[in-house]
Amino acid sequence: MSYDVPQVPGEHQEDPTGGHEDHGWPLWEVFVRPKRGLSHTHAGSLHAPDAESAVQNARDAYTRRAEGVSVWVVPSTSIRASDDAESMFEPFEDRPYRHPTFYDIPDEVGQM
Amino acid sequence: MTTTTTATTVEYLLRLADDNVVMGQRLSEYISRAPDLEEDLAVANIALDHVGVAQHLYTYAGELEGGGRTEDDLAFGRTEREFTNALLVEQPHHGFGDLIARQFLFDAYQLELWDALSRPDDARLAGIAAKAVKEARYHLRHSSSWVIRLGDGTDDSHRRIQDGIDAMWRFTGELFETDEVDLAAGVDPATLRQAWDGTVDAVLAEATLHRPEDPYQATGGRHGVHTEHLGHLLAEMQWMQRTYPGLEW
Amino acid sequence: MTGEDRFQATIEADAKIEPRDWMPDGYRKTLVRQIAQHAHSEIIGMQPEGNWISRAPTLMRKVILMAKVQDEAGHGLYLYSAAETLGVSRDELQHLLHTGKQKYSSIFNYPTLTWADIGIIGWLVDGAAIVNQIALQGTSYGPYARAMVRICREESFHQRQGYAICMALSQGSEEQQAMLQDAVDRWWWPSLMMFGPHDAESTHTEESMEWKIKRVTNDELRQAFVDQTVPQGRYLGVTFPDPDLVYDEGSGHWQIGAIDWDEFWAVVKGNGPLNRERISNKVKAWDEGAWVRQAAAAYADKQTRLADSA
Repeated sequence: MSYDVPQVPGEHQEDPTGGHEDHGWPLWEVFVRPKRGLSHTHAGSLHAPDAESAVQNARDAYTRRAEGVSVWVVPSTSIRASDDAESMFEPFEDRPYRHPTFYDIPDEVGQM
Repeated sequence: MTTTTTATTVEYLLRLADDNVVMGQRLSEYISRAPDLEEDLAVANIALDHVGVAQHLYTYAGELEGGGRTEDDLAFGRTEREFTNALLVEQPHHGFGDLIARQFLFDAYQLELWDALSRPDDARLAGIAAKAVKEARYHLRHSSSWVIRLGDGTDDSHRRIQDGIDAMWRFTGELFETDEVDLAAGVDPATLRQAWDGTVDAVLAEATLHRPEDPYQATGGRHGVHTEHLGHLLAEMQWMQRTYPGLEW
Repeated sequence: MTGEDRFQATIEADAKIEPRDWMPDGYRKTLVRQIAQHAHSEIIGMQPEGNWISRAPTLMRKVILMAKVQDEAGHGLYLYSAAETLGVSRDELQHLLHTGKQKYSSIFNYPTLTWADIGIIGWLVDGAAIVNQIALQGTSYGPYARAMVRICREESFHQRQGYAICMALSQGSEEQQAMLQDAVDRWWWPSLMMFGPHDAESTHTEESMEWKIKRVTNDELRQAFVDQTVPQGRYLGVTFPDPDLVYDEGSGHWQIGAIDWDEFWAVVKGNGPLNRERISNKVKAWDEGAWVRQAAAAYADKQTRLADSA
């Protein structure tokens, strides 16, 4: 299916300019722990007026196939992120001794 | 089990099944019409639960009856005078206020009912009830939250949810009427009344809504005497099976 | 390294662009439009299928169809959520849909006239969507790719439920078989049009391919769909309404006849069978729900103020 619905010749497709808020329901980020022993992973986001309905909605939206032991919701504005752009090409490469492949263990020693 | 008792049990199961299939049908009408996507998801989820429990109940009833009727024969092959759902669930909604009012009043009843039926005189029914009570708890949390948000939201929403509660109130008394079928095969609905009153009063109070004072209570559903709404609902629901009888789908 | 260099390097390495990365304005705009239109398609798609929930012929078919439509709402949600990572709000995107400034897949402007249409939508329309969505799992924008992985996992049930309906009809009475054939006759060409114009006529494709938003071209996807679908139709005992449909031994592909692009453009322009109704239904639901959303926001405000003053 072509979701980039083609532009009708002569028609102007409008792009969002930002700032059309209707009911002002805040955005929440949803984290789901699929089963015991695993961590919560980010599953997506949704809009809800308050925390209680955010959790209920998250259950309906992100655990329909019983894919969740636990659901966390966090207001999107509460998330603080690192500046990924800086570290993207940082030299984790120049500490190769952190990687097991750096070391040459003789086969006779066995599984390590 | 004597034949009479079996027939009574079947009759009882059909009441519960009809309640749930009609409620599921009503809710499913609202899918894609909800105030937002998240609510479409929630309504669909609840509708699925109701139709799902109806399937279990119809199947059990058909087996007990021993005449070879399947869940579909029972849901699609019986007329409005044979349907024994409570009048509350067949009431139409003209908007979200009606829908939530109808749902809330029914959920509070279902929670008590399934809880009572989880006690195992009938292990099969108790099994169905044990799953249904968890679903009812979730449904009630959803509907009561909405009653509160709407009641204590804006003046407009307060009026609309109060109107919804007022409109549905006259169909609540029937839920607690007792007859020999209830007593023989299930629980005495009258015993559920107090807890239901407690739940409803608490939620209405928190929602700043008032309990309607309408003394008139409708009745008849359990004996196939319905409001005019059921006929239309069944006409739509049963259309394919009536038009193309005896086929596989 | 500049943001632009990083962006290019990431694309070239087939790695993902994430929300806070630098990206060209055109990349961001194209993604917003495409993800939004994909989301809108899921939402509008709830209507043609929702049309048959109340009349599903068995309880099992009813619950399966409800679950499918519910999934579509969920897919819309995942996609709006991905779009919002690009700095737009869902409300704004909806507004653009409601005012016709953003579109949705034209296939949903066709009516579901019989129960067989529901089977056909699962088999052909979801079948076509899956071909595209599998390709999109490799799209360069992280949140979109992840949403696609989630959607693809759920989508295969959709196609199977549709095909199962078709199988039941094809193995049924003469009336049921005729119902199935009639639905194929009406939905085959619109399904092929879902893949968009031929590559030579497709204005967006080159840029989208460079940015790896689009990974496979319209014609390639359409061909994959035809090749997988024709044998499935043979199994059902249906014919396709295309006298020029023929298997080419040389290429190993099924060749189709000429698509009616007049019909395609008419529907894209808003003159399909149900364009107006689909949007007006959506707008109606939104407008009629305004009081509910306002109430919930007002209640949440009250609770916050109560908590603050406590």
